[in-house]
Amino acid sequence: MDGSPDLKNAGPAQSYSGPPDYRVVGRHGVFPETSHDEIARFNFLAHMNRHLSTKVMPAVKTAWERRAGPGFEAREGRAPKDRHEVRKALLQDPYYQAWSALRRATMEQRQQAGRWIALRQAETLSAKVDALTKSGDRLEVHPALPIPRYVSAVDHHCMPGSYHREIFPGDVSGAANYDSGIFATTGGALGRFSDGGGHAVVKWVRKHLPDFRPRRILDVGANLGQNVLPIAEAFPDAEVIALDVGAPMLRYGAARAKTMGVENVRFVQGDGSDLSRWADGSFDWVQTTMTLHELSLTSMKAIFAETFRVLSPDGIVLHVEQPQYAADMPLFEQAMRDWDAFYNNEPFWSTMHELDIDGFMIEAGFKRENLIHDGVTAVVDKEVFPDAADDEGEDYGRKAAWHVVGARK
Amino acid sequence: MSLDLALALSSAKPAGKRPYFMDPQVERVLNILMATVQELAVTRERLDTVERLLETKGIVGRAEIEAFEPTKNQAAERGLWMQEYLTRVLRTLQQEAEAMQTKDDLASEEVAVEVSKADA
Repeated sequence: MDGSPDLKNAGPAQSYSGPPDYRVVGRHGVFPETSHDEIARFNFLAHMNRHLSTKVMPAVKTAWERRAGPGFEAREGRAPKDRHEVRKALLQDPYYQAWSALRRATMEQRQQAGRWIALRQAETLSAKVDALTKSGDRLEVHPALPIPRYVSAVDHHCMPGSYHREIFPGDVSGAANYDSGIFATTGGALGRFSDGGGHAVVKWVRKHLPDFRPRRILDVGANLGQNVLPIAEAFPDAEVIALDVGAPMLRYGAARAKTMGVENVRFVQGDGSDLSRWADGSFDWVQTTMTLHELSLTSMKAIFAETFRVLSPDGIVLHVEQPQYAADMPLFEQAMRDWDAFYNNEPFWSTMHELDIDGFMIEAGFKRENLIHDGVTAVVDKEVFPDAADDEGEDYGRKAAWHVVGARK
Repeated sequence: MSLDLALALSSAKPAGKRPYFMDPQVERVLNILMATVQELAVTRERLDTVERLLETKGIVGRAEIEAFEPTKNQAAERGLWMQEYLTRVLRTLQQEAEAMQTKDDLASEEVAVEVSKADA
């Protein structure tokens, strides 16, 4: 892949287990150009994230067990009653502070590095995307669509401009930044095209629903379509709608899909809480992948209700998410998983992960006996990428190992 | 224009109040330090590329670089560079040390008052 001789049985490559070099990233037709130094910056950040999660973070647990936890009990005369008490006690611990400050710094550096790449070629990217999407019906934007508060209040993942803002009309730099940098944030754990989640869903469906032949598929919160393209490719006869509120993501996503030769996806700007343009029973499959935690309670309930309505009889809904805070999950782990909620601008993350999703699905109309629960891990090219299924470590909310919660209508 | 955009906006602040985990003054220094650490890695990777290309083209082998031993004069030049470098980097410690030795050191603000007096 990189032009060097086969190193499988010789040299450092044999025992190396860190993130792959950024140069293995998948480059579709609108992927931003990256210089040697820009690539090196992402390589550093991938390693920094890996170092923080494998070398620094384990001792946060030690700090909790030996210092912050006993300190809390000594002060309060009792054990902490919830994850928020644990997190607030950890905030006083110098090791948690150091880990947190480094994790936040790394996130900001990742945004800076990606934005530099995307912005310095913003006009070229915009023109490329425009040329690829101005004809045909693969893109449908509605500039008057109100951007929901849960998107506009704070920029998710400390990503300036979030999913929806443009610096100039037709700007897609936010999408190019997201697309080029996710590899660094995840250390390649989502694969060449950051689509390991989509491939995981396809693998799950093939195994558990071998006779499923969806004709119409709706992906809600599709972002730039990275997880819906594997689904569209796996079901080439299906008509796929990638729905998102962020127009720049959709424009970039439509152009990206076109250059990747995926023809059966239409990128539509819209809010999943109002699917009124589609009649009851319009879709055989509704999918969300790492979307629920970015919503609000109201919109999540509305999306569940709309999903039930637009699903055809026997249709399937699948939500892929980080695991819920089950009662048996230690409070320390819950507090660690909450880090992104409060310090990486994921404001619904904390509440969402404690909700009774089953209850809300039933409220939306699904029958309890038709609910689906399972676990999946990112499906990647194991020759090149780290496989979350083989990784016994934990990155509290960042690991490419997810829960599937869904239902058959 | 795109380059101007990159210069102006690549380091933009995301919407949402930033949390600080330490004294903000300390965390600021940490943030600058980590960006510097990153740029060192970037330079290291570039140098590594240069070394490997030189080797591939048969100009300088990496083993040659590893085995390089400076002559006495070269070592002296390098040593001098290192001294100059540390002097520059650790400027603040030298100044702190000098300050401890100094008596009656005045702040410019105090002198400003003094030299502005009508009868001075």
